[in-house]
Amino acid sequence: MEANTRSTGRLPAAFLTPGSSSFMDFLGEHQPEILPGNRQLPPVQGVIEAPHGTTIVAVTFPGGVVLAGDRRATMGNMIAQRDIEKVFPADEYSAVGIAGTAGLAVEMVKLFQLELEHFEKVEGAQLSLEGKANRLSTMIRSNLGMAMQGLAVVPLFAGYDVDRGRGRIFSYDVTGGRSEERNYATTGSGSVFARGAMKKLFRDDLTEEQATTLVVQALYDAADDDSATGGPDVARRIYPIITVITEDGFRRLGEDEAAELAGSVLQARLEQPDGPRAALL
Amino acid sequence: MSTPFYVSPQQAMADRAEYARKGIARGRSLVVLQYADGIVFVGENPSRALHKFSEIYDRIGFAAAGKYNEYENLRIGGVRYADLRGYTYDRDDVTARGLANVYAQTLGTIFSSQAEKPYEVELVVAEVGDSPENDQIYRLPHDGSIVDEHGSVAVGGNAEQISGYLDQRHRDGMTLAEALKLAVQALSRDTNGTEREIPAERLEVAVLDRTRPQQRKFKRIVGGQLSRLLESGAAAGAASADSEAEAEAETDSGSDEE
Repeated sequence: MEANTRSTGRLPAAFLTPGSSSFMDFLGEHQPEILPGNRQLPPVQGVIEAPHGTTIVAVTFPGGVVLAGDRRATMGNMIAQRDIEKVFPADEYSAVGIAGTAGLAVEMVKLFQLELEHFEKVEGAQLSLEGKANRLSTMIRSNLGMAMQGLAVVPLFAGYDVDRGRGRIFSYDVTGGRSEERNYATTGSGSVFARGAMKKLFRDDLTEEQATTLVVQALYDAADDDSATGGPDVARRIYPIITVITEDGFRRLGEDEAAELAGSVLQARLEQPDGPRAALL
Repeated sequence: MSTPFYVSPQQAMADRAEYARKGIARGRSLVVLQYADGIVFVGENPSRALHKFSEIYDRIGFAAAGKYNEYENLRIGGVRYADLRGYTYDRDDVTARGLANVYAQTLGTIFSSQAEKPYEVELVVAEVGDSPENDQIYRLPHDGSIVDEHGSVAVGGNAEQISGYLDQRHRDGMTLAEALKLAVQALSRDTNGTEREIPAERLEVAVLDRTRPQQRKFKRIVGGQLSRLLESGAAAGAASADSEAEAEAETDSGSDEE
């Protein structure tokens, strides 16, 4: 396109053709080769080594939803990055957290953000939360070829549904299968441990602050038992990314807030290494 | 076989320009003004859904007078251009200058191509900078020329008269309420000099606000916020730039993020 635009100067006909409000559809018609799903992957023996993101957790509370992730990326048994960002705002009222092949996942998020923004600008209105979740499904499905070769991307999508007035969470599998989760959800290698923690700690009447504490507890438990998930790194001051989405829109907790939350959880764990106890009955 | 009449290129171009200008003149004019915290777009638009102003990219806004379907087409082309460029390179690589060039080429090619009818549109592409000196405003007439504007600009049928009015009264560092008041005054003056009232619900107002914390600086001003701004602008005008009213107008506009 770029070369084309420069040579003639004017916008190519495809740009002025009325059509879809989707940026991906536009790319698919105008410049299909730069869509991630259309990339040809040469046949590869074995699994491709690339950094992987690990644990993402989400929990709803009355009035919104919290989405958080640890900061570690691993490649095999090596730590590839200690401060990777795996939770991103998708638009004003939604966020996406990614587990799986980091490079592809970050690219997918970038395209997803653009897809939502493009629709909003062209139509002058936002997609419904359901519509956004479905769009992400399509993008994961287009990555199926890569997923079969070990380069899977498995995101968690959370947002505030303006029409229904509550937070909602959607989880995905590698084939693009989408399911709405009740109350809480996890994805990534440490997800089983985080899930166990959330199951024991979740209540219907959490406040926003309790919900953010809950996700830190869950991430701590994931890091405790899964070597690929990083716990709060006090020495380097690297704390989980915690985002809150409410009626007021997306907000990422500042470094100080995250440090304070992680600090109080860490402090409690010095007394009780396994974390808060749930009642037996 | 009939021989076509000979029409000189000058005559052909003059006819096409007249055709385009007449089309543009049928629509209402709109104005784009710099103020202390950004750029404000003001126009009379009875429709709530069909906009004259819109967001192209993070810091870039678009305004158009003339034929709706034609400028809507150009607007979507611009959004596609900006989004693709930002995706291919980086968000910082999308600039109003680049976009204005593409629009100019597009309009110019259409204007001089015998196969197409000229577009009956006049566009403004504006980019808000970190400071007023870095703001950029480009006016794009129907024939594909580009005019680099400062301070204030008007497009549409009555543009020359409105521009003249604005040039005399616009100054740097106006508050949003003052700029809005001036814009409405300029738009309310008819060709014969008489003034008429434009009710708030017929006004379409949008800003590129450099103080907005979000990456995307474009924001529509509607409803309560618009009426408050109009009132405080009138109050400031009545007290001839009463500094307190200005301060109030500024906190008003700042605190009312959606």
